[in-house]
Parts: sequence; structure tokens; C-alpha cells
Amino acid sequence: MLYEQHKAEIDGILARYPVDRKRSALLPLLYLAQDVYGRLNRDSIREVAEILDLPYTDVFEVVGFYTLFYNEDVGKIVLDVCDDVPCCFCGAEELVADLENRLGIKAGETTKDKVFTLRRVKCIAACDQAPVLQANLEFHNRVLPDKVEAMLTKLRNDVESGKPVSISGRLAER
Amino acid sequence: MPKTEIKEHIVMRNRDVENIRDLDVYLANGGYAMAKQALTSMTPAAIIDEVKKSGLRGRGGAGFPTGVKWSFVPKELNPKYLVVNADESEPGTFNNHEIIDENPHQLLEGIVISAFAIGANVAYIYIRGEFAYGARFLEQKIAEARERGLIGKNLFGSGYDVEIYVHRGAGAYICGEETALLESLEGKIGQPRLKPPFPAVAGLYAKPTVVNNVETLTNVPRIIEKGADWFRSFGTEKSPGTKAVSISGHVKKPGNYEIPLGITIREFIFEWAGGMRDPNLPLKFIIPGGASSNWLTEEHLDIPMTWDDMAAAGTMLGSGAMVVLDTSVPVVRAALKVDEFFKHESCGKCSPCREGTHFLVKVWERIDEGHGRVGDIELLADVGKQMLGKCFCPLGDSSVSAVNSAIKFFRPELDAAIDAQH
Repeated sequence: MLYEQHKAEIDGILARYPVDRKRSALLPLLYLAQDVYGRLNRDSIREVAEILDLPYTDVFEVVGFYTLFYNEDVGKIVLDVCDDVPCCFCGAEELVADLENRLGIKAGETTKDKVFTLRRVKCIAACDQAPVLQANLEFHNRVLPDKVEAMLTKLRNDVESGKPVSISGRLAER
Repeated sequence: MPKTEIKEHIVMRNRDVENIRDLDVYLANGGYAMAKQALTSMTPAAIIDEVKKSGLRGRGGAGFPTGVKWSFVPKELNPKYLVVNADESEPGTFNNHEIIDENPHQLLEGIVISAFAIGANVAYIYIRGEFAYGARFLEQKIAEARERGLIGKNLFGSGYDVEIYVHRGAGAYICGEETALLESLEGKIGQPRLKPPFPAVAGLYAKPTVVNNVETLTNVPRIIEKGADWFRSFGTEKSPGTKAVSISGHVKKPGNYEIPLGITIREFIFEWAGGMRDPNLPLKFIIPGGASSNWLTEEHLDIPMTWDDMAAAGTMLGSGAMVVLDTSVPVVRAALKVDEFFKHESCGKCSPCREGTHFLVKVWERIDEGHGRVGDIELLADVGKQMLGKCFCPLGDSSVSAVNSAIKFFRPELDAAIDAQH
């Protein structure tokens, strides 16, 4: 079904690679499947494997390897806070604590209403903007304590108003 | 000490020309004229020769001469590929991020010229998955350039075709290592390959492949435009040109700066980045070339920022990423965070790295949490010794930098942290 419903996009992705090397399309197809199904469960992984004529286990292995593939339920918005050096010494720990407090969850968890998943992640290449996070892979720079509430409200409103979201970052704006 | 001024930016031209990310602005400022000149009036050998003469060295970390790398590609084997390493993931590094978002066409023009030079008709930009916007943005820019006949078939009537595709990674630092990158681009888990064969001979799909960093390729149009001698008017004899360097941590003005290679660390921190953020908290240590690099302290401030000088000081310029930390930072916590990174990013292929990074984190963690044991510092040093030089790729070795640096410069602080727990 994934292929039938997204034929143009999938054919466009496949066209980037030599015809006998279509396995190269695996990562982009997993991003697509993840957006369509909300996460990469067993069925969606099998579907991607079939499109590319790959053994299921090869695709499961790839899903497990990369940080941006979710094989467990996540919210509509995945908040990734960088807690690496130097961010952890420039406000990231305070930001994580603040978000945990406001969302009522710990890092690694999803809110009951399934809107937010909060994660600690490694360097996201925006160290001068610490404390920094990505919401569905869109950068939010210098998220100082006075900006947190407004950011969460806006993200929640986006979800509630039905604005398209992509946990894979396929719609990421600047 | 005065700040060394550079006449103009070579790669961060967005700092000189507003909105150069827009194709019309880029064209109005000479954009794609060098691609046209290269494809219509130069031979691939002449381009490679000019890049060799310029002394351009790879900006991704290793500093290998770019023209020499290109000349390793066997002429008779086809197809060939150019792969652009935009997997910028070394903690502290964010300069490719700016080039991609603000000066994308100069990168694309560099790709066209470089692909022609090595004889590749297809180039893939492997961009880290977290640069989701950057990936979409580059795709738009490629489409715009293609519409104007600047990328695609029979470019400038030369008969030469080049296609450029963007390929997003999915969150794995190891994919910055060129052979792991190629595995990932082939749709596999990102584990490094045994070398040789080197990618120049058997790279993507086992075909001859050149993997170059974003900043490296962004230099190329300017070298073709102004020549090797002009390029060499920046920097030093062995490290010519400029380098986009990211600085972060406890400085007044964190950000990217394009420096002439060869200025001292002192000048960079205090004249370019405004010095320390809090006058009451002096500099404690510097992670000078990304999390992989050995740390430096105040006594090293007069080292010139070149590949060779940094190597002579026992560390590296790396990808151009300086993290400056003040005296508020506990050494144990810093080392723990650095090694947590390597533990998380270890690909699992070889045991010294997979197991070693876990051991290091376990020991750092217990010291950080107040349960350090007598002999833990020796244990860390011993684990590090068993890893260094014994891992499949440089990632494992990199995790030892924090251990050895902490012990070398801050042994009393480490001992005190453990003593206080007994």
C-alpha cells in the first residue's frame, strides 16, 4: 500500500540510484514509511523490504542502527535536546529538566496525549546556539527558560490545528 | 595583539554578499562562471593540477591534499562517483551547517567542477539526517540550478553531464567516516570497511569514488577563479587557505569564523570570539578540534592553528571545532560526556571500541556519581591503553582522548574527586 499511495515519491527516490542498486533507497523509504505509519512497526518494515526486494532482517537491522528511526511509539512531535559537550555546560541540563517538568515525563518518554516525545540526543551541529533542540528535526535555537512555554504552545497548536507534521523531518523548515 | 584581518571570505562568502544563497544573487556575483570556464576551456588534468598547486587540504579532519586524492582515481574504470561528505557530526562542529544553509550554490558549483575533474557523472551529497531542512533546501537549489542548465546534461555545451542527488543519513556519527558513509549510502548499517582498497579504487558500489567534505569542495570554484597563488596568499605554506572554524562553549561570541590558517589559538579565542564569557571564570581547557581531539590548556594558547602545528602539539585541527570551557566545568563530567558520545556512536563492529567505550563510561559515571573507587584512574588509563591503536577505525581511539587528556592535565582534580568519596 505504501508504494501504491506514494508511487510518484517512491519512484522519484528510486530514480536517484542505479537500477541494480535500489537498496540505496532504503533510508529515504524508511523515512517515508515512518511518517505514513507514525513509527516503523513490523508491517511497515516488511512493506519497505518488499518494495526493495530485501530480506526483512536486513531492514530490521538498519532500523535498529540509526537514531532517527523509531521502532517504538512516539508522539506527533519528537523533541531532541542536545546534551553533549558543550551544550551540557551551556544550559542543556536545565532545559531538559524544564521540559520534563512542563510535560510531566522523563527524557525517553512520550506524553499521555501522544503529542510530545522528549529525548536527549548527541551533537546536532548547532553548538553556538546552546541550549538547542530540534522539534521533528527543525532547529529551535537558544531555547532559554523564557522561551520554552511559547515554543511548546505553538507546537501543540500546530498539531491540534491539523497542520501536517513529519516526525522524519521531511517537511522541516528553517 | 591585533586581529589578523582577511581580505575576503573564501567559503563563507555569505558573510560578504547578502542573500548569496539565492541563485540570482549568486549568478550576479560571478556564480557558475567557473564551472563554465572549467568545463569548456580546461582539461580535467589541468583542474587537478591547479588544485594540487593550491595546496588545498581536506577540511573534514584528516587534512589530506585534495588534488592528490583526486589523482588516485584510475582513469580506465567507470562509472566513477563523487560523494560529498555533509555528515557533519563531530561534537563542536557546525561550519558545514552554515555553508549548506547560506552558501549552497558555491558548494554545488564546486561539486560540478570537481566531478568533471575526476570524471564522475553522478554526485551524491550524503547529509546527516538531522539536517532535514538543509537536505530539502539543497534539493530546491539543485532543482533551480538544473532549470537554468547549470546542473544536468551537456553542461555549457561541453557534452559533459552531471547529476547531483541529496541522500539523507539517519543519525549515526560513524557515517562521517568515509567507508561507513559509503555503506550507509548503499542502504546498509554504517560500519567502516577495511582499507585497502581505498574508495578511490573501490568505493560506492565498488566503483572509483572520491569522498570530499563540504568545505573542501566549496573552496574549489574560488581556486579556479583566482588561481593557486591567490589561494596561497592566505594561510601558511603547508596549510594554505582559510578554514571555517566553529567555536562554542564559554566564549563571548560563539559561532563560525573563517580564519586564515596559522593564527594562534589565543588570537582566535580572544580577538575573534571575544574572549571568555564571564570575567570571573577563566579558561580551564580547550577541546581544540572536536570531541575526538586531545585537550589543550592555557599553556598552549600560542600554538598556530594549522594541521601540522596542532599535530606537533599532540592534538589536531580536526574538522575545525573549538570548544572552550571555563573553570565552572568539572573535568570528570566533561570526560564522561565526551565518552558517552563515543559509546553511543560506536558502531559495534570491533570489540575494543564497542566494549571499551562502555567500560570508560561506566567508570567515569561512578566517579561522577560519587562512587569512584581507589584505582579507577589507573583503570581508565589501562582501558584506554588497550583501545588505542587497536580499534578498527579512528572512533575507538577518539574516545581515549578525553581519558588521556584528563589524566595528563587534571590528575589532582581526578584524585581529589575519588578521595572525597572515601
